[in-house]
Amino acid sequence: MEVTKKEQLKKIACKVRMGVIEGTFNAKSGHPGGSLSISDLITYLYFSEMNVDPSNPQWEDRDRFVLSKGHTAPALYAVLAEKGFFSKDLIKTLRKPDSILQGHPSMRYTPGVDMSTGSLGQGISVAVGMALSGKLRNKDYRVYTILGDGEIEEGQVWEAAMFAGNKKLDNLVAVVDFNNLQIDGTLDEVNSPCPIDEKFASFGWNVICIDAHCFDQIEEAFQAARACKDKPTCIVAKSVKGKGVSFMENQCNWHGSAPNAEQYAQAMDELNKALAELEA
Amino acid sequence: MAEIIKCATRDAYGKALATLGNERDDILVLDADLAAATKTGVFKKAHPDKFIDCGIAEGNMMGIAAGLATTGYTVFASSFAMFSAGRAYEQVRNSIAYPALNVKIGATHAGISVGEDGASHQCCEDIALMRVIPNMVIINPADDIEAQQAVFAAVEHDGPVYMRFGRLAVPRINSEDYKFELGKGVTLRDGKDVTIVATGLMVNEALIAADSLKEEGIDARVINIHTIKPIDKEILIKAAKETGAIVTAEEHSVIGGLGGAVTEVLCENYPVPVVKLGVYDTFGKSGPAVELLKIFGLDAENIAKKAKEALALKK
Repeated sequence: MEVTKKEQLKKIACKVRMGVIEGTFNAKSGHPGGSLSISDLITYLYFSEMNVDPSNPQWEDRDRFVLSKGHTAPALYAVLAEKGFFSKDLIKTLRKPDSILQGHPSMRYTPGVDMSTGSLGQGISVAVGMALSGKLRNKDYRVYTILGDGEIEEGQVWEAAMFAGNKKLDNLVAVVDFNNLQIDGTLDEVNSPCPIDEKFASFGWNVICIDAHCFDQIEEAFQAARACKDKPTCIVAKSVKGKGVSFMENQCNWHGSAPNAEQYAQAMDELNKALAELEA
Repeated sequence: MAEIIKCATRDAYGKALATLGNERDDILVLDADLAAATKTGVFKKAHPDKFIDCGIAEGNMMGIAAGLATTGYTVFASSFAMFSAGRAYEQVRNSIAYPALNVKIGATHAGISVGEDGASHQCCEDIALMRVIPNMVIINPADDIEAQQAVFAAVEHDGPVYMRFGRLAVPRINSEDYKFELGKGVTLRDGKDVTIVATGLMVNEALIAADSLKEEGIDARVINIHTIKPIDKEILIKAAKETGAIVTAEEHSVIGGLGGAVTEVLCENYPVPVVKLGVYDTFGKSGPAVELLKIFGLDAENIAKKAKEALALKK
């Protein structure tokens, strides 16, 4: 990846992380940990990979994105705001009455949200339906979904994986945010779905394992997915939950709790410093 | 006397789908390995490129239906009532109804009349389950004519619809020129003493019951409620005012179904005695469908009995 492009993406990802902190702090609730772990991936999707038009969110030939791990909506909202789907001022209204930013994504509330999600395991089936539609109508658009590693403990994920593999939906990419932490503990402590790569491969998917915070690897993976014919692609993205905010990194308890004023100040300070360094 | 035509509403569903496939290019039909039984196989035969078998994975099928609907397709998703409303309940709620997507659920093999397969497949809870989901429209047709028209009405409605069909061939009660109106009850027989409010295969039984009540000097009104949600409040309140007693009749649990909906409307608007006939909070069992309906009291004879109970409660 070109250095300037990479620097640009890093800056946007940093702003997305600020949006996550801003939103959850003001809401006094929400899911910062998993939102921070997908911030680089979702930044890449909206600023390099996907063909979308913020001035025409319903454009029928757009690429689609389904946030199957819907609880990390703060990252989706932050990236949509950065992209210009709505004003960044709205991030502070997250989870409040009358806000267009619901606790979990709703396509009926928020411009740019392609599917309502939140109940784990359901988003991938919807993404499969969107990809199937593209095939049936000979459309060129591509469909992307991000799943949590804990989420893939849901049986529906594997029903969807089986179907997508059988139908050879090569216009579909499912990213698994592999941060190894779920609410009750590590994957191993709860009910590990590992090996994730081998499971998807056995369901007929093209599988690519990457570092979720390395833009070079992210780009290579999405390019390889485009090049792969007759198979859907699963990108198993090894990530750090809470990435970018020191005290949130690799901590289960930041799955579903918001920073207080002091923590907010520290997190924003860290992210501002990181951004300043990138801009220097 | 004219010959009685008998046809299962699921057969009418399959035929109606095939017709729709000829008329519109935005129709897709999904099934979960039950195409021969749900009769979506009729559509599959006529329009193989518009039919998608999702395999035995109903939750995933509902999600795929939702995804297809977001791109402009009108999608019919079919399985037995047990698996459409039961197994896939939460996918229907969260992936279809919450975003108000254009998915029509064709649920066949509803109720006790599944017959020999027994309780595991005799879903008598689906109307209750679907009724509490916002944005959901519920249709339970009485015969094949109504079932076919219901499918055409469902496709014109923008949003999710749950259609309930039966396995058993039931007598045709409507004429060929019958006009189905979504959300409107149909007064099939006028009467002033008591009103029988029926749905599905119980509508024909209600008509037979009204005949036998007439012989005893009881003038019973018969209303067919094919659309259980949104329910026709007006026709129910009018019946309560004019006849003063109501019997509800359904091949479904007396909890949360037609009886539940009717009592909710009347309690809040014009309370009169209501006697509910349906499945009394119990599971079904194996046996020939017609025999089972008698065993569970889902017949004209029992409707007439309940009508007299309702009359006795009248002040």
